[in-house]
Amino acid sequence: MREKTAKELRAALKAGETSAAALAECYLAKIAAEDAAYHAYNTINERAAAEAAAVDKRLADGLDSPLAGVPVAIKDNIATETMPTTCSSKILQGFMSPYNATVIEKLAAAGAVLLGKTNMDEFAMGSTTETSCTGVTKNPWDTAKVPGGSSGGSAAAVAAGLAPVALGSDTGGSIRQPCAYCGLTGMKPTYGAVSRYGLLAYGSSLDQIGPIAHTAADCAAVLQVIAGYDEKDSTSAKDVRFDFAAALTGDIAGKKIGLPKNYLGEGLDAEIRAAILAAAEQFAALGAEIEEFEMPMLEYAVPAYYIIASAEASSNLSRYDGIKYGYHPEGFADLEDLYLSARSEGFGPEVKRRIMLGTFALSSGYYDAYYQKALKVRALIRQNFDAAFAKYDAIISPVAPTTAPRLGESLSDPLAMYLSDIYTVAVNLVGIPAISLPCGFDAAGMPIGMQLLGAMWSDDKLIDLAHAYQLHTDWHEKSPARKEAE
Amino acid sequence: MSGYKNTGYEVVIGLEVHVELNTATKIFCNCSTAFGAEPNTHVCPVCSGMPGVLPVLNRKVLEKAVAAGLATNCTITQQCKFDRKNYFYPDLPKAYQTSQLYLPICRNGYVEIEGDDGPKKVRIHQIHMEEDAGKLNHDAKSGSTLIDYNRCGVPLLEIVSEPDMRSAAEVQAYLEKLKSTMEYLNVSDCKMQEGSMRADVNLSVRRVGDPELGTRTETKNMNSFKAIARSIEYEIFRQIEVLEDGGRVQQETRRWDDEKGIGYAMRSKEDAHDYRYFPEPDLAPINISDAYLAEIAAAIPELPDQKKTRYVADYKLSAYDAAQLTRSRYLAELFEQTVVLGGDPKEAANFLIGDCMRLLNAEGREPESLSFSPENLAALLKLVAASTINKTTAKAVFEKIYTENIDPAAYVKANGLEMLSDDSELDSLIADIVAANPKSVADYQGGKKAAAGFLVGQVMKATKGKADAAKVNAKLQEILNKQA
Repeated sequence: MREKTAKELRAALKAGETSAAALAECYLAKIAAEDAAYHAYNTINERAAAEAAAVDKRLADGLDSPLAGVPVAIKDNIATETMPTTCSSKILQGFMSPYNATVIEKLAAAGAVLLGKTNMDEFAMGSTTETSCTGVTKNPWDTAKVPGGSSGGSAAAVAAGLAPVALGSDTGGSIRQPCAYCGLTGMKPTYGAVSRYGLLAYGSSLDQIGPIAHTAADCAAVLQVIAGYDEKDSTSAKDVRFDFAAALTGDIAGKKIGLPKNYLGEGLDAEIRAAILAAAEQFAALGAEIEEFEMPMLEYAVPAYYIIASAEASSNLSRYDGIKYGYHPEGFADLEDLYLSARSEGFGPEVKRRIMLGTFALSSGYYDAYYQKALKVRALIRQNFDAAFAKYDAIISPVAPTTAPRLGESLSDPLAMYLSDIYTVAVNLVGIPAISLPCGFDAAGMPIGMQLLGAMWSDDKLIDLAHAYQLHTDWHEKSPARKEAE
Repeated sequence: MSGYKNTGYEVVIGLEVHVELNTATKIFCNCSTAFGAEPNTHVCPVCSGMPGVLPVLNRKVLEKAVAAGLATNCTITQQCKFDRKNYFYPDLPKAYQTSQLYLPICRNGYVEIEGDDGPKKVRIHQIHMEEDAGKLNHDAKSGSTLIDYNRCGVPLLEIVSEPDMRSAAEVQAYLEKLKSTMEYLNVSDCKMQEGSMRADVNLSVRRVGDPELGTRTETKNMNSFKAIARSIEYEIFRQIEVLEDGGRVQQETRRWDDEKGIGYAMRSKEDAHDYRYFPEPDLAPINISDAYLAEIAAAIPELPDQKKTRYVADYKLSAYDAAQLTRSRYLAELFEQTVVLGGDPKEAANFLIGDCMRLLNAEGREPESLSFSPENLAALLKLVAASTINKTTAKAVFEKIYTENIDPAAYVKANGLEMLSDDSELDSLIADIVAANPKSVADYQGGKKAAAGFLVGQVMKATKGKADAAKVNAKLQEILNKQA
């Protein structure tokens, strides 16, 4: 049987068929029984039962929101007062944030029940969730394979039925790629749509929190709760008024969708190419107009992204110095030794690699050649997308060149791993929204995802395109258990 | 010999001045900026750099920065933004300081000072906004270091001058001009002892006539105008000595120990930080509209130089007196209120610059700490103008106003300090003195005109100083000349 969506859980709660407490208990029991096979969670919320009971009282008093009483899993880079926030890094083991992220406050106000904090690549740096200091997360479709990353824990939790929906974060594809690998629907909202206050920063100008779910409709439900202006985040937009309820029409007749030919060229798995083309045909069958075009500068996105993201990360991660919180080395000779020990012992190799890369790119004498040039590339890529969205309502694209690789295959060749981000990183450089959704399976039975890219602030319209597709396809209804049963 | 104090060398000095803004809250959060609180009581997740926090710019900081720029003739950067300055130190919890490098809020300004060779302009390269760091308290007993984050995020303006100063005196004049300007604008208290005004001195020397600039050093850690002047004198002669001995001045950062009167090298150019500046991604660029600029400009009060010009024109004060009065906004306002209340401008200026500043200096106090009212000063001036009291008495009464803010009219009355106004009483007193001192009268009439002074003194003594000395002198002359 396929997993329940948040929307279905809301309906059951409204009909009095279940309670928030019963749902929390059910998911917690499932996590206790099954998560050992996946390691989706870093921390389980011990207060979940009590919090669910409190939500039931509010439900009885008439609380109504898209997530009222619905359990939610949270990526471990989002600050929570009552559970550790570790970014799956040794340097933050046991760290208790003194405040809640804005999205956590919004979820609480909406009556969502937090199940726990999910595993991730250390500080969101990685594409496989293998750089976590707490151990790898396994793909529920095939536990010999990675769930993707960096939000691999959140994706595995939802795919395995250990949470109906989850929050992830997406700096260069960290929501969309794990969704593609795990047969899920996930969204990177427009930069500034969701408050970053309380998201432990990786690349500040690229990071966005977003939903990981089974359906586009559930993504809408989560965004309805977490999107909106936050006075604590100067980069959050002031007047965002998405109307997700009204946007989910399922009617996409006359929409223009661009299909960038060069995204389907060399380097892309043939099965994925076929799935994308089939999805394009499906959109055409639903009344959309598909047009092939060339999207220039694809090959410059990855280098520009890795320079900017690493530069920002090298600064953002400087505060982890072993003094104020988190990992503190046993002994040290002097201040410099304290810094060296804390950071050498506290950070893993991938984080160190990106800190060094970013530090180099910002160094005196190299700034213009690397960082400044990357900013220019970023501006050019933005112009190209502006031009494309002058013609199209959306662009259809692969998410990753392959389906989920086997555990242990990726980290040995970091450059190849970075290059596999080719389809996702431009979205973050430009700030536009993109939704990743399932569109098939490969011969090995692993999910294939596609993504739809839209203009800035077209999040609700983009979700409607995905919703329309899901009304006429059932890829998103498949689950690992059902696949095995077939 | 020419050059600085006939050394044959010319001195080139530029300053980096940090001014702490007097906003109620910090630059990126709502914590208080109050000085002197218990350690780590004015902190929150934002200013203590907890993971995941974001800054939100305090609009008051922008307002004050723009006012400071307009008052120092700067061009305001209407599209400005913040940058991150990255370095590790325990007093900086984020390990970067949010500051401005690429597009600072103010550029290309100047202030006018009284230079060594007359009025001159000291150009301002830029003024930028930034956050202050915390404070480390080294505990000698336990050998440990404690961190106080209260000062983290207190807003600062860094005012960077061009190398336009040529002596310690010019540096002092520049700093005083900045201080009074910031005070007038209500931008900063500029208290050097509390660290709300700090200066780093970039200094080099070169032989007079040499077109090339010498190698400069930067001296930090000075907390008074006096210390800055002393450190500059020290550094000038140290550099000259190095050069005279055939050596080369090293580019380095130096520290001034004011107690010992010695400067030390802290770190050389090789050890200099690479701050890896880049645009702060957590703060949106700031767009300053023409309307906003006009609004701030309209709210700028009359500044020291403008007041000075007006005092000379309207009150016929000397340029020196006008400059002294306008150094402190508080003193200038006290002066103006006293004049409005009917006090004579010249007399008011004399009391404030002379007696008042002498008393303040003796106690090492600032004009802002004065507690007497302009009403009482004006009343005192009226007593003098009406010849109710003489000048000697007035000085004594002013001291009572200065210390206790007494009502001078009531005080004079209660203590019987009025001058003798009854001429018949004075006439008989003079007659008595003349009769009692025949030798002095004879001396005067014999040509020793100075003998009259003795007789005036005798009369004043008899009246306990309450007579009008000029009047006594006139009456005596009349009697003595008549007798002759």
